[in-house]
Amino acid sequence: MKKSDTGILIVDDELIVRESLTKWFREDGFRVDAAENAAAALRKLQGGGWTLMLVDIKMPGMDGIELLQRVREIDKSITVIIITAFASVDTAVKALKEGAYDYITKPIDPDYLDHIIEKALKQHELLQENQQLRDRVSEMATDTEIVGESAEMTKVMDLVRTVAATDTTVMIRGESGTGKELVARAIHNQSARKYFPLVTVNCGAMTETLLESELFGHERGAFTGAQYRRKGKVEAADGGTLFLDEIGNIDTKTQMDLLRVIETKQFTRVGGSDIVHSDFRIICATNRDLERAVKEGTFREDLYYRLNVFTIELPPLRARRGDIAKLAHFFVEKYALAMSKKVTGFTPEAMYALKAYDWPGNVRELENAIERAMVVTCGPMVEREHLPLQATSGTTSEGKRLDDVEQRHIERILKETGWNISRSAAILDIDRVTLYHKIEKYGLKREP
Amino acid sequence: MSRIRLLPLGSADRDMVAALRPALEADFDAVAEVGEIDLDLDQFLDPRRLQYNSTALINHLQGRYASIGGMRGDSPSLLAVVDEDLFIPILTYVFGEAQLGGRVAVVSYHRLQNERYGLPRDQGRLFERLHKEAVHELGHVFGLLHCPARECAMHISTYVEDIDMKPAALCPSCRRQLATLARA
Repeated sequence: MKKSDTGILIVDDELIVRESLTKWFREDGFRVDAAENAAAALRKLQGGGWTLMLVDIKMPGMDGIELLQRVREIDKSITVIIITAFASVDTAVKALKEGAYDYITKPIDPDYLDHIIEKALKQHELLQENQQLRDRVSEMATDTEIVGESAEMTKVMDLVRTVAATDTTVMIRGESGTGKELVARAIHNQSARKYFPLVTVNCGAMTETLLESELFGHERGAFTGAQYRRKGKVEAADGGTLFLDEIGNIDTKTQMDLLRVIETKQFTRVGGSDIVHSDFRIICATNRDLERAVKEGTFREDLYYRLNVFTIELPPLRARRGDIAKLAHFFVEKYALAMSKKVTGFTPEAMYALKAYDWPGNVRELENAIERAMVVTCGPMVEREHLPLQATSGTTSEGKRLDDVEQRHIERILKETGWNISRSAAILDIDRVTLYHKIEKYGLKREP
Repeated sequence: MSRIRLLPLGSADRDMVAALRPALEADFDAVAEVGEIDLDLDQFLDPRRLQYNSTALINHLQGRYASIGGMRGDSPSLLAVVDEDLFIPILTYVFGEAQLGGRVAVVSYHRLQNERYGLPRDQGRLFERLHKEAVHELGHVFGLLHCPARECAMHISTYVEDIDMKPAALCPSCRRQLATLARA
């Protein structure tokens, strides 16, 4: 901050003090003004733009401490230094308790004045910077990739908001690709722990020993290759959130260790004996049927109850088709920016195909499909043939819905009749207007 | 060309003030002269603090400016030099004081003497310090503010070691600013 941008307000009933300090700070390049009493100071504060105030403690009318209290109510960012004629512990304690940065005794040693102002301004700058960073984090925390306005997703987001305000353990359930990690991040970002880390552990991707070391860290020499002490994810999540993805895949021993650390918030590193404390919140996710795993004895019942406190079920994408268009446009914008392409949307046929597809891989599959389409798209719109959608079979219902069957049947009849509308309508036993509506609805086009 | 009138007051060393004249002429590309006025400094003495009020002294010199300005042509900048210990009421002491963008400044060499710090007398070092503070206070009179550069006479000095660390010369930035202010 430039000195000329730094406003210093001097409040003292003695003219000579006001004049001396004004001159002193003006020679230093600060923007300075002075007020002869608290009321005048409060009037000057209304204009804003003050960084620091030097306030005489003893003034007729409202004294310095009372003015300090009023200033703290008006603008907490203003640094206040109290000036006192006689240093007393009582005065100092009172001033500091009320939020003064420091106090100085008249007459002031010029070197000390210079030093205290420099220190106060440095602290003011750091606080401002800290506030700006906090605002930025909060801003970023609200920028979420969770897209959807369907009733299902609105309900999910309501649950996220509700549980984020607490420290409750959350279990997120849903098919693969439904965005469980995004929901975990949204909970973390909206919680009081947002300034601390969100540490993710993919439990399904690790062997038993690796997961143990990953979670709890290890001491030097704990095993072959452990040349240095390493902090584990549980320790790294201190103050923040530990997100355990694919929790259903952890082995029995790690389940036991995890249960203990959740209950005590303390653990020892692999190969160590020192007790390490960590304050973390747990969010876990799974696409496994944990209740069945408990019945089968592969998942500890006590751990299940510890984790399954507040559950958020994420609907598969096919259950919230209303969100497909919005999600698709979100990903087009995202990849258009990343690939510097001027693609703005989808042709009606492409959009129809997106909406008709069942998305067994859920949002992740949709994103991948659009990313691939964006690579091959040259024009301003993603076209049907750019989308790598494959007919699925078995577990999904793609192509089995009544609409799908109707579309394919109408397409076949139109092809057979060479797109003779009257004949096709007669075969289909519907009138021509209805057939035109169906052609429009399904985006059917005569092949050249 | 600026004009500077040096006024040794009280028991100030006249020879040292005379030696300041050519140095300041070179520093500010100015014409300087040493004058004498009759002034009893005791009227500025604070009996409780046993120090001299520099603000009151400056105000007094400003009041008598018409009669003590002395030089013909452009109004000169007055720099009073004293041996007395100066203060402004809110501060414990000052090395000098100036009217920012005004016409009068005062500098004291009382606290610039080695003897005050238990060190052997060193007249050469004393003159260097006085020279730097004279440039500093006159810099304020010409409109310059404190400079963040440590290699500049306009860098703030709140204790004597600070003065020793800076040069008597202005940094290029303050020099440019001085030229701009002079044109204005």
